[in-house]
Amino acid sequence: MTDSTVLRLNGLSKRFGPVVANDDVSLTLAKGEVLALLGENGAGKTTLMNMLFGHYLPDAGSVEVADENGVLHSLPLGHPQAALAAGVGMVHQHFALAENINALDNITLGSEPLLALRRNRQAARAKIEGIIEHSGLKAPLNTPVGRLSVGERQRVEILKALYRDARILVLDEPTAVLTPQEADTLFENIKAMTREGLSVIFISHKLREVLAFSDRIAVLRHGRKVGEMATADADEKAIARMMVGADTPKVARTDMVPGAPVLNLSGISVSGRSKRDTLKGIDLTVKAHEILGIAGISGNGQSALANVISGLAAPSAGHIQVDGTKVAKPGPAAMVKAGIGRIPEDRHHEGIVGAMSVAENMVIERLDDPEVQSRGLLRRDAIRDNAERLAQAYDVRGPGVAASSRLLSGGNIQKLILARVFERSPRLILANQPTRGLDMGAAAEVGRRLLEARERGAGVVLISEDLDEILGLADRIMVIRDGNLVEAGSHDREKIGLMMAGEPA
Amino acid sequence: MIRIEPRENPSRAFAIGIPILSAVISLALAAIPLLAAGANPLTAYGEMIKGVFGSVFALSEMLTRATPLIFTGLAAALAFRAKLWNIGAEGQLYLGAMAAVAIGSGYLDAPGIVLLPLIILLGAGAGAAGMMAPAYLKVRFGADEVVTTLLLNFIILIFLQMMLEGPLQDPMGLGWPQSAPVLDQGMLPPLIERMRVHSGLIIALVLAGIAQFMLARSVWGFKLRAVGENAAAARHAGINVNRSLFGVAAISGALAGLAGVSEVAGLKGYLTSDLSPGFGYTGIVVAMLAGLSPAGVVVAALFIASVFVGADSMSRAMGVSSFLADLVVSMSLLCVLVGGFLAKYRILRTREAVS
Repeated sequence: MTDSTVLRLNGLSKRFGPVVANDDVSLTLAKGEVLALLGENGAGKTTLMNMLFGHYLPDAGSVEVADENGVLHSLPLGHPQAALAAGVGMVHQHFALAENINALDNITLGSEPLLALRRNRQAARAKIEGIIEHSGLKAPLNTPVGRLSVGERQRVEILKALYRDARILVLDEPTAVLTPQEADTLFENIKAMTREGLSVIFISHKLREVLAFSDRIAVLRHGRKVGEMATADADEKAIARMMVGADTPKVARTDMVPGAPVLNLSGISVSGRSKRDTLKGIDLTVKAHEILGIAGISGNGQSALANVISGLAAPSAGHIQVDGTKVAKPGPAAMVKAGIGRIPEDRHHEGIVGAMSVAENMVIERLDDPEVQSRGLLRRDAIRDNAERLAQAYDVRGPGVAASSRLLSGGNIQKLILARVFERSPRLILANQPTRGLDMGAAAEVGRRLLEARERGAGVVLISEDLDEILGLADRIMVIRDGNLVEAGSHDREKIGLMMAGEPA
Repeated sequence: MIRIEPRENPSRAFAIGIPILSAVISLALAAIPLLAAGANPLTAYGEMIKGVFGSVFALSEMLTRATPLIFTGLAAALAFRAKLWNIGAEGQLYLGAMAAVAIGSGYLDAPGIVLLPLIILLGAGAGAAGMMAPAYLKVRFGADEVVTTLLLNFIILIFLQMMLEGPLQDPMGLGWPQSAPVLDQGMLPPLIERMRVHSGLIIALVLAGIAQFMLARSVWGFKLRAVGENAAAARHAGINVNRSLFGVAAISGALAGLAGVSEVAGLKGYLTSDLSPGFGYTGIVVAMLAGLSPAGVVVAALFIASVFVGADSMSRAMGVSSFLADLVVSMSLLCVLVGGFLAKYRILRTREAVS
């Protein structure tokens, strides 16, 4: 593979203060190759790509990129324009498209001279249509990007990179927002393009797609490259061990007989301003000893469902029963009182008050509890003792319970929320994207806690965009699509994927 | 190349050190216009210090000036902690003052033990009532309270003029737009014989102490801080955000109303439309200097009162304009804002990329 090397990273290192983000990382990429860059959150994948792109200046190391003739030239570091000019294109996880203008203009935006008097749109359109034909990346060029689906937007992003004659394409978690089918199509397109000579690096932490679609795998851990292998020789367990540095504890899951219903939503409608906030008369029942997984593409009503169960949204129709008793006046406090434990989707925004201490955040849902206050005054010793105990039991690590909770890492913030929720032994747990952004260790811990609660007799509603997570944890799966909730009836990935996309199974 | 990065752990020393440093820097910067005016800055500052601490009288004047600033500073600090931007303390101050003269200048001829508490309660109530409409508009319609409270100031001021030329006008006042004097037994007693400093200061200090304690130690304060720091998380946790906002709106308005009571029933004795030289607005500066801490409000109010009173006596002694006081106060606020930024972020010089 070295005969046609198009990109070479030599010993790149970068530290941020005391944190070593990348330590002496070297990689090579061959022409027409798909290299998967694997690693947990915080392993240094994105930092590495940002150095390649000139967004960060490496402390040590160099980057070499081949020109059209295959001759390697070293790339001036710290200059994004240089990377673009050398034919390196990047598609970020969060798209950078202007929603009010059409795909064609989005693609050409920025590659035209700012002061050009006339734009040659005909030539641009012809070039883009040529790229579409070769790659199979179909996207409507005349529609404002705001009206395109997520998959289409992503194709526009890739087209934008290809339009600028990228010969090396970097994709940062390209499938995070796609259905399994869309993801498969994307990788087929990528394969087609690599046959034309494009080289691709894609960043991921989904082992399944990495094994299915890459030629070679490089694994980063704690900023170092800890392994590199041809995908043909790779095995899933070995890679997972390489990423985490230890065997991931396999979540033990025993079959259980569901008990009495703990949560019953019937005919719940929510009229929201957008699709993500709308529910159209859904019915849902969760029983004791049962984990109900809600699968769906993001923005199909998951937020509305979560808001109803956590008491943040008032349904316009229908009623809610917890443990067979109707919740008369739904609201966050009423839901907590009824025995619902809520793990919010956005743990930084809704889960904690970052400026307040870890200890205070641990009692924020039970301020009327006599253990927390007496006659309106906080029992500070009891609050601190409670926090010390919970931090111990749930392994919340950080600078101490008196420190601001915003100083905790994402995983530890989630553990704080888990501690707050689980210590009250809730009848029902709403877990909305509970492992998003967590590393594998912390994610496994969340799964373990949910199963533990199920064993204890709680019901769990698990909303997740990660189908693998739902398939692994849920006893029963429902699919949310366009504000409607349908029983999946099985754990069949293919069938659920089609239901998510709204096609008849 | 200069980059700005957030500090990982803003330290406590910064929180206390920055306002103090800002005060010092603003005084140092004020030396420039002093020099330009032809005065020796050191002599001028000497005069300032003498004007504040040089005699019991000077000290009394400074404390008298600090009293309304503690009230309005607390009003701003508590509301701002909940991210309720009450800019209307000036108007609420006048509402409190109107209530005080309405009940206190002869309408009710009760003994002091009845009349004085009544004046205080009604004044506080009037201030609180003045905050209800903006709080309701914010909670119900999302109306920006910065706009509503600010504009209410002007409405209240015009209402005051109407009252002072109407129902509240002193019948013996020869047609001047001023109220009848508060009855003697309704006045806040002075603290020192023949000095102007009065027991309103004690009330202000006690309230600052209570506010400091409640903010840190009570469930009420917990909720207030949670609502201010992250309303979404507070709501998610089951805290009634609207109730917290209404509560703090009432308290903030009441404190501003007490500033008016204290000025009318502690100092002037009657109400005119120039009772307050902008105490409501200066209270915002006090609160910001104090880092929104009630205890800090006391210190900041004393500092700002010292600058004003000191600058007055300096201008008399040195023949320079007393507007210098406004300059120092404004600069100290700017310094605190810059300092607050520096406490949260650090500025890094990075090596320019080598090409």
